[in-house]
Amino acid sequence: MEQFFQQLLNGLAVGGIYALVALGYTMVYGVLKLINFAHGDLFTIGAYLGLTLLASWNLAGVLPPAVAVLAVFVMVGLLVALIGVLLERAAYRPLRGANRLSAVVSALGASIFFENAIMLIYGARVYVYPDFLRPDFTVDLFGVSVPGVRLLILGASVALMLALSAFIQRTRMGAAIRATAIDPGAARLMGINVDRVIALVFLIGPGLGGMAGLMVGIYYGQIDFTMGWSYGLKAFTAAILGGIGNIPGAMLGGLLLGVTEALAAGYVAMAWKDAVAFLVLILILIIRPTGILGERTADKL
Amino acid sequence: MALLTLSDVRVRYGSVEALHGIDLTVDEGEIVTILGANGAGKSTTLLSISGLVRPASGEILFDGKPLLRLPSHEVVGLGIAQAPEGRRVFGAMSVLENLRLGAFSIRDKERSERTLEWIFDLFPRLQERKGQLAGTLSGGEQQMLAIGRALMAEPRLLLLDEPSLGLAPLLVRSIFDTVRAINQRGVTVLLVEQNARAALKLATRGYVLEVGRVVREDTAANLLADAAVREAYLGG
Repeated sequence: MEQFFQQLLNGLAVGGIYALVALGYTMVYGVLKLINFAHGDLFTIGAYLGLTLLASWNLAGVLPPAVAVLAVFVMVGLLVALIGVLLERAAYRPLRGANRLSAVVSALGASIFFENAIMLIYGARVYVYPDFLRPDFTVDLFGVSVPGVRLLILGASVALMLALSAFIQRTRMGAAIRATAIDPGAARLMGINVDRVIALVFLIGPGLGGMAGLMVGIYYGQIDFTMGWSYGLKAFTAAILGGIGNIPGAMLGGLLLGVTEALAAGYVAMAWKDAVAFLVLILILIIRPTGILGERTADKL
Repeated sequence: MALLTLSDVRVRYGSVEALHGIDLTVDEGEIVTILGANGAGKSTTLLSISGLVRPASGEILFDGKPLLRLPSHEVVGLGIAQAPEGRRVFGAMSVLENLRLGAFSIRDKERSERTLEWIFDLFPRLQERKGQLAGTLSGGEQQMLAIGRALMAEPRLLLLDEPSLGLAPLLVRSIFDTVRAINQRGVTVLLVEQNARAALKLATRGYVLEVGRVVREDTAANLLADAAVREAYLGG
């Protein structure tokens, strides 16, 4: 029972990270019907920028560690969001009128560019996050001692997801994003500047993805320049699992995938973790290709 | 001065020219209808005005301002709203959310609330169903929503593309009565219709389009009486 509870919480923490990255895939797909293959690399950039800001800027020496981490979270979110917007301007907007395959090739090219840029700047070795940043307290939960960092990671991702949901559901621009995802042409007839909506999506998605990269650095303590590929693939699986283009679906898919993986790692074998994740992807594609929440509401003609 | 003027508007889809130089004017306060068969270029004309289709050449002036290079969201800001062909309501959003999106370009929230009340007066059905998802409405209700949503932008010129399509005759009459009521509130209307008889009874003037060209333009009364028009569009 204790092992189950630990694995469940671990799965939720990792799943929250998957969900944050999956949101970037799903939101971009929603408005552009494009898989942003460079999204995993934006996540990696978040992890590296976080390290750079923490270490070389010596923020942690000036500020209390908790405040430093929080400040770096905000900065990483903003910087990666900015890179996301630039990516859209440079790699996707010029291809807006072209066929979809061109944009996919451009996305793959951007991904290769980012991955190699990170390798050139930082080198190919594995980097270790300063471990004094990792909160090392434990919390007693129902008689089980749980690492505090696990709860903080889970709490942070849930908070970000709630904030995003409120933005999407309750604000004018949130409604504009949803409308653009349903019918960009009709959205333009409403007076919505669709280019601005797309830029906003490329601000939010990479911002969340970048913060997720930082979370991985803090949670696992080490990062490398290829991490965007594996996490990106997992998050992409999560987005498909929940229903690509569906925002609550990405959240649910991420958490579900994280838990499934953690339980497989705990009860089967660690080595089976990835196999189970991709088995989930294959099964969902066979049984329910629209994903769990990916049912389109019927539009009457 | 005309509120809207199209001069020699040409539209190409790839290598095919869909509009071969359209000339058309709409005066303030009018209801003007564009008649024609499928593929005559009626919807393309409306989409060009809204900026969703980019003409290859020609000129479109609204209240003296050129529209041709304007992005579509700015066209809405100038006072042109469209209820497009096929209604295109946001199916996964509620009726009220659809209406509020119609007012996306309006900054004055209080005025928007008054417009919303007016729309609920015009279409009490929408008020009853305001919490319902637009995709679950009947065809007639979706048409009401599409028109109401366009009115939320407080347009001076309302573009309506086939509002009667697929609706029962009784509903068509009620929609057309509402269009008249909207016009009486000072909104100029440009109406594309296949239901030529109903459209001509409502309109002051009409244009007849055939394969991308204006072939007739006259007062609605003259077009209704015209033998050739009766033959082609009014079922004899």
